Amino acid sequence: MISFDFDYYQPATIEEAIQLFHTLDEQGKNPLYFSGGTEIITLGRLNRIVTDAVIDIKAIPECTAYRKKGTTHIWGATLSLSRIREIGAFPFLSKTIAEIADNTARNKITLGGNICANIFYRETVLPLLLTDSQVVIASRTGLKQRPLRDVFDQILQLEKGEFLVQIITEQSEIDLPFLCIKKRRQWDVGYPLITTAALKKNDRLKVAFSGLCAFPFRNQQMEKSLNDLQLSREERIEQALQQIPATILEDVHGSAEYRMFVLKNTLLDILDAFEGAES
Amino acid sequence: MGSHEITLQINGEERSVHARNTDTLLYVLREKLGLTGAKPGCLNGDCGACTIDVDGQPMKSCLMLAVEAMNKKVTTIEGLQNAPIQTQFIEKFAFQCGYCTPGFIMNCHSLIQQHPNATDTVIKDWLESNICRCTGYKEIEEAIKATLRNVQQYRS
Repeated sequence: MISFDFDYYQPATIEEAIQLFHTLDEQGKNPLYFSGGTEIITLGRLNRIVTDAVIDIKAIPECTAYRKKGTTHIWGATLSLSRIREIGAFPFLSKTIAEIADNTARNKITLGGNICANIFYRETVLPLLLTDSQVVIASRTGLKQRPLRDVFDQILQLEKGEFLVQIITEQSEIDLPFLCIKKRRQWDVGYPLITTAALKKNDRLKVAFSGLCAFPFRNQQMEKSLNDLQLSREERIEQALQQIPATILEDVHGSAEYRMFVLKNTLLDILDAFEGAES
Repeated sequence: MGSHEITLQINGEERSVHARNTDTLLYVLREKLGLTGAKPGCLNGDCGACTIDVDGQPMKSCLMLAVEAMNKKVTTIEGLQNAPIQTQFIEKFAFQCGYCTPGFIMNCHSLIQQHPNATDTVIKDWLESNICRCTGYKEIEEAIKATLRNVQQYRS
């Protein structure tokens, strides 16, 4: 049971949601946008998220729809992860989604909710970063479209009152070869140790990680090392591991040392998969 | 605004209830409506004991606010009247202590409705949503497969 009360609003338009947010904020209600809401409910129960008002954006048409416009796919932020898998138009994203939480939970967890969550895994962002996807953000001055890589730094960098409306991905990016490898400590369900996503474009490997540091990320320096064909695979990986941009996680799922061991082997598997196994 | 009267469509009936906006659907079902079939387990979306069906999809009722369920069709275990999967759970001894059983049955019921030709992979994927600590999953898989076989025979 959530011990505090909040007001619940379900606006029908983006403008209404933005206006509502600022009005509630001026009233000191610390409003939160509510998409799937799973994290607000679970962390609210533990008083780790406290708010006086939530704004459920699931009734806003731009947030709920998927459409294909020419060669462009537009994904509403409140599409459930299950719905995105059903649509089946983005195999890399579907593969990543298939290993988040469980089937029933994925009926409630949404794309935007996962990207903007507090949980550090936020794995849906990995294929979106690697496919140079764009984000549509609602702000007080209207909608703005930005490359995800420019506005995602540890978290999606939203200004107060802004919310994620849509993700846009080009078919040409969706068609690129990819891999998504999720390693858990044991068995095949539960929280991951590390998720590694990789994509190859123009003979260059791109990689993004979740569960390695306290936030998901793509790192150009690690990619540069992995793409240095003057070196052996082991050397490329060793160099990439030196470029990890933040402290490696240590938690009940694994020590930093164990994470490095698993990552090293995962990267080797990825190089083998994209370049063929070395004899 | 913290609480108000809401109307829910539950098991084919319209039910009005006074609920807080922060009340989960699980809480309202059990404490306000007396529908105690959905079980409180982890309350964190992990165990699946509270699974119900919302508009044809299995949902963990601990992960849903009651206000979110307005204008949706909610089915709880009390709303299944001798559904084929219930019979097969008995036939295949697919339960032990039974605490997780309503959640499993609701999940399996939705699976059968959505995937009448479910493969082993789909069944495994769906069953990962529910945790049972005292029965093997084998009997539950057999209950699903027996129900699917019966559905397919009925159709042909």
